[in-house]
Amino acid sequence: MQFIVQGYPAYAYTGAKAFDPTLPAIVFVHGAALDHSVWQWQSRYFAHHGHAVLAVDLPGHGRSPGALRTTIEALADWIAALIDAAGLQRASVVGHSMGSLVALDTALRHGDRLARLALIGASIPMPVGEAFLAAARDNSPAGIEMETVWGHARQSLLIGSHVPGLSLLGASRQLNARAKPGVQYADLAACNAYRPAAEAVRALRMPTLVVAGKRDQMAQFKAGQALAGEIPGAEFVALDAGHSMMSEAPRETLDALRRFLR
Amino acid sequence: MAHSGPKTPHSDTLAVHAGQSPDPATGARAVPIYQTASFVFPDTDTAASLFNMETPGHVYSRISNPTVSVFEERIAALEGGAGAIATASGQAALHLAVVTLMGQGGHIVASASLYGGSHNLFAYTLPRFGITTTFVSSRDLAAWKRAVTPQTRLLFGETVGNPSVDVLDIPALSGLAQEHAIPLLVDATVSTPCLGRPLEQGAHLVMHSATKFLSGHGVVIGGVLVDGGRFDWVRSGKYPTLTEPYEGFHGMVFAEESTAAAFLLRARREGLRDFGACMAPMTAFQILQGIETLPLRMERHIANTGKVVAFLAAQPMVERVHHPDLATHPDHALAKRDYPKGCSAILAFELKGGRDAGRKFIEALTLFSHLANIGDAKSLVIHPASTTHFRMDDAALAAAGISPGTVRLSIGLEHADDLIEDLARALRASQR
Repeated sequence: MQFIVQGYPAYAYTGAKAFDPTLPAIVFVHGAALDHSVWQWQSRYFAHHGHAVLAVDLPGHGRSPGALRTTIEALADWIAALIDAAGLQRASVVGHSMGSLVALDTALRHGDRLARLALIGASIPMPVGEAFLAAARDNSPAGIEMETVWGHARQSLLIGSHVPGLSLLGASRQLNARAKPGVQYADLAACNAYRPAAEAVRALRMPTLVVAGKRDQMAQFKAGQALAGEIPGAEFVALDAGHSMMSEAPRETLDALRRFLR
Repeated sequence: MAHSGPKTPHSDTLAVHAGQSPDPATGARAVPIYQTASFVFPDTDTAASLFNMETPGHVYSRISNPTVSVFEERIAALEGGAGAIATASGQAALHLAVVTLMGQGGHIVASASLYGGSHNLFAYTLPRFGITTTFVSSRDLAAWKRAVTPQTRLLFGETVGNPSVDVLDIPALSGLAQEHAIPLLVDATVSTPCLGRPLEQGAHLVMHSATKFLSGHGVVIGGVLVDGGRFDWVRSGKYPTLTEPYEGFHGMVFAEESTAAAFLLRARREGLRDFGACMAPMTAFQILQGIETLPLRMERHIANTGKVVAFLAAQPMVERVHHPDLATHPDHALAKRDYPKGCSAILAFELKGGRDAGRKFIEALTLFSHLANIGDAKSLVIHPASTTHFRMDDAALAAAGISPGTVRLSIGLEHADDLIEDLARALRASQR
């Protein structure tokens, strides 16, 4: 469905159920150069189990028009504005990769609008290598290839997918390739530059879940562990997966979220 | 500035490994044959979640099966696609593609040079369901352009036509497809993912008769449909089956549910569910055995074909040989550009003496088997005008590049000298 956020239409997938703002709401935030469909399984599950779901397309991504936001803070402000636009007092925010930084920053600066926070494939900081940034800046296919290949566990083409008949790498590559020129670079540069104050993270008082992939090639497993250690009371779940846990370990990711968000 | 991305495995490695992890239950290294109709649900919640697509997994082997999935994911990896759906036959794959994209009133523009079975489906059967096809010469881009109407929903051709061995100019047709916001589907049965990668050349969907080179041993019937994941159904606006709510699945909008795999979702959730032309697990296992050696076999098929083509082209009793290896073939340059490793182990030729000489020739062969198939380890021969394409009238035959005297060969893995000896003897017999 569409909302108007900061003056522009904003698309959010509601998990194939009519959006009901009286239900406990969950906002799902995707990663760099991706869209709402990375949450295909999880968003649909929660929408059919008593939640109002908004799996967003961030501005300039997927079906949401509008100018690209070039900082994590600007994206977090947009999420807070979306929660407003959807008529919600509070929502739980679940973010993946870049989306986890957006979710965290929304918690840090708009904490009164958040119920719970889930960070998947997260790392603070989230440095992006110079070669990756350069390829993205030049809109090179190599940038898509880096995000696709490093975005999954090593040699993921050679193993069976949990989604029958789907090539996780192939589908992910095509989703990435749909991003408009400039989107990947803006997103990666925003990730690379984001440096929240360590004391603010340590002062966060919000029920938080951190999910890390043992075979993550993009956000180091240890970085996820460390982040969970910094946030007071944060729960930590380790999955046998790469960076794209939602498709690489869809059931386990759902289980972790289900335990945390029920 | 030049950038290089991370490496992914080569086709030879994908052919052996892609889509399969050692069996978690037993450690079996080979792909287990999950010969089961159904899969037990651990609890009622999981059962409901599986049915409502809230969690992925296997429910019933008409929709998906672990052995079949390995085959699907292996082909998807070899083709560089977003995913694949295995079907009961190549014909079932073609039908699945068509009915997923269009209903009554839909129109297809197809190459006139097609396998006879595909021609039957388009020319005689689909019109009964309100779907019509305009056939055009595979080489006449202007004719393709003229044939596109506002109702056109698909362009279709064979990467390498059977039996005329014409080569489809995929990049050119891809441009036309994009101009009209319709997808290009190619049948890559003859070229296989080892000789060409149609999705990289610009096709949007690829299908195979897996009965042929993929399986490679002439022991099963199977097909597969691969989605490149690149076509933008929403922007096109011509595919309500993918962009509007589907009452058959609680109002699901497939293109919202999955941006890159909407086509596959609908094809599986409607097409396999309702039309039911699924692949059996044993069939998938046998095709997978073939795929493991596909890169090796294709090298030998192509090497043998080169020798046979050169031999036939030098025989006085052969009027004409149709194969792009020959500089006289109209697609020689195109084949060199798009298929540097060779493009076809199928060839056709015209014998002097027409139909009668053809009959004598086929009956004198001993090593070549006279049957209706291609892509076997064994070399095969057939007379298309009286068999695979017998429902075509003379005009349609001519459009498909077939004359009454055309003989089609599918070159196998025997020693090339033995094949040539058999052909030489039968050629002499044909002229007696």
